[in-house]
Amino acid sequence: MAADRRVVYINARLIDPASGRDERGALLTVGGKIWDLGAALFADGITDGSEVVDCKGMCLTPGFIDMQVFLGESVDTTAKAAAAGGVTSIATMPNMNPVVDRASLVDYVERLAHDSGVRIHPIAAATKDLGGEEMTEIGLLRQAGALAFTDGRKAIADSQVMRRILTYAKAHDALVIQHAEDPMLAREGVMNEGEMATRLGLPGIPSIAEVIMIERDLRLVALTGCRYHVGLVTTAAAVDAVRKAKAAGLPVTCGTAPHYFALNELAVAEYRTFARTSPPLRTEEDRRAVVEGLADGTIDVIVSSHDPHDVESKRLPFDLAASGVIGLETLLPIMLELHHGGHVPLAHLLAALTSRPAGILGIPGGRLAKGERADLVLFNPDTPWRIDPEQFHSKAKNSPFEGRPVQGRIIRTILGGRTVYQAG
Amino acid sequence: MKPQEIAALLDLGDSYLERYRGGKKIKKVMKNRTQINLFFEESTRTSTSFELAGKRLGADVINMVTSTSSIKKGETLIDTAMTLNAMRPSVLVIRHGSSGAAALLAQKVNCAVINAGDGRHEHPTQALLDALTIRRRKGRIQGLTVAICGDILHSRVARSNIHLLNAMGARVRVVAPPTLLPVAVDRLGVDVFHDMRSGLAGADIVMMLRLQTERMKGAFVPSTREYFHFYGLDAGKLAMAKPDAMIMHPGPMNRGVEIDTEVADDIDRSAIREQVETGVAIRMACLDALCRDLDAEEDD
Repeated sequence: MAADRRVVYINARLIDPASGRDERGALLTVGGKIWDLGAALFADGITDGSEVVDCKGMCLTPGFIDMQVFLGESVDTTAKAAAAGGVTSIATMPNMNPVVDRASLVDYVERLAHDSGVRIHPIAAATKDLGGEEMTEIGLLRQAGALAFTDGRKAIADSQVMRRILTYAKAHDALVIQHAEDPMLAREGVMNEGEMATRLGLPGIPSIAEVIMIERDLRLVALTGCRYHVGLVTTAAAVDAVRKAKAAGLPVTCGTAPHYFALNELAVAEYRTFARTSPPLRTEEDRRAVVEGLADGTIDVIVSSHDPHDVESKRLPFDLAASGVIGLETLLPIMLELHHGGHVPLAHLLAALTSRPAGILGIPGGRLAKGERADLVLFNPDTPWRIDPEQFHSKAKNSPFEGRPVQGRIIRTILGGRTVYQAG
Repeated sequence: MKPQEIAALLDLGDSYLERYRGGKKIKKVMKNRTQINLFFEESTRTSTSFELAGKRLGADVINMVTSTSSIKKGETLIDTAMTLNAMRPSVLVIRHGSSGAAALLAQKVNCAVINAGDGRHEHPTQALLDALTIRRRKGRIQGLTVAICGDILHSRVARSNIHLLNAMGARVRVVAPPTLLPVAVDRLGVDVFHDMRSGLAGADIVMMLRLQTERMKGAFVPSTREYFHFYGLDAGKLAMAKPDAMIMHPGPMNRGVEIDTEVADDIDRSAIREQVETGVAIRMACLDALCRDLDAEEDD
């Protein structure tokens, strides 16, 4: 692509959550950057011979930044799924083979992104081989480009280990991400503890397993001052704990995933293994609390927690099936349910997928502003459709939203000024 | 199942029990039919009971015991199901350590499937045989007070009995230490007791459950001794129940853990042996009813 290639997006509804901009106008990209934008831009209709994309009044926003993606299948299909979902940057979890716990592997993961159609930001393991015991080379990993440290699907459970990681990471200004689930309380559990689990005869994971881990960590955060992020907040008690910690001024942020605000534990009925997740789907009361947490800003980011699993690992009795759902290609429409339902304003939701994750991870992008990366997504927030995993680009089809009628569809995804996805 | 359907199965079971007790000829309704018992968990009495029931009805019975300890146990379930399905059996009887396994299998095969116990979820034929045993001794189920005692948390027998007895109009109590009760068990329509004496007060039926020994060494209760002291059925605790209260146990019993030998062997009070006999009859009834459905389908 020529470095000076000019593309003009006209008749766009420009939404920039970071600045509060929401206006009809145009946006010009030159090469990989946003050159200019606004209501006045090209208002006279003269576009100087630039390539013109007519947005027909649809929403043009910063490309989505997904803070939690498991690279469970090829980078190629993951990148295609991301582009189809409007996601231009993904932060990848260290749960790979081999585990991303050395600087050379961070470099390797970054290079996987090359020409794939998505930017990849590696998150490194907090402990060697995700073993929960020995700290990884946080400083060297940070220098190599690791944005954050986590043990992925496992909590950093040992209090002493967690304290040292937070203390050490603080010195390198590193972010520590926790999978907040007390493994002892969750042991054997395969779904949320309660009436539903009792009826199905499945061992339950109590919801307190989440808040107990968070509350312990918050004490350690207060002690160390390290930046701390709860990957997935799924219970009312946890939302409340984070809300209080923020009010107390602790450097705490948190995220959640669409299945935690769009589904509850009833989705597990009839032993649907596609609804087996970690943490598990919770009660309706918890679901409502998550929505409220998004509305009042307690929950900073929305992630897909995209976690592909093949049919063999899901077509099993519930307790033997793998945990995890795919989510890149359903991120926007499920999120928009909260907008259409009047629960959370659109700009607020978009911030949770753009400027906020960029800010937490400390990466460029996530904004519509002069000089920013031209990572953009164009979507129609109202298009009705029915979710059909068979149409997904993702190789794995383990979506809990199969058959769900939704609204909102990606029209075009632009990465560094270049279109990487266009709806057929 | 609806109460009328349950009653019909109990009637059918009753008639089979009378027939083979009386040495009468039993119609071979399963002649030329194949029944496969697919057991992923060790079980002597349930598999024997199903085998005998099938044979008495003239079926060709095949027993398959597959260890769940093989690495890819789940794959084995679906693969085995598909393989067996290709052999065209009429009935598959399945026992599996995972809740929901029987339902999953039923989705994959064309034949009738009987759940002989799935994880801690359900054990429907056990509940049916218990109901028949109660009805034969007491003449009814409606209005009786049934106290189910012991490890409710891990028990599929308890869950199936709670559903069935509630459907038939009994009042169901569960008696157990709090660590052996599932969360929100009261939502299943039972009264919850932690004290065995008050739980047994005025009960018509005392249904004991097996407590697996590995769960007693400090994990769920402190010790066998402590468990027997508070929750073992002995003459003293039994005195709280009605004088004619009947004692039941799905077996195999841990004598001296959940039940005192003296009580277990009390012919007048204990229906434990009778349960085994009723078990065969009720399984014949289930097989018969399913084969009638198959006959009707094949005629179409």
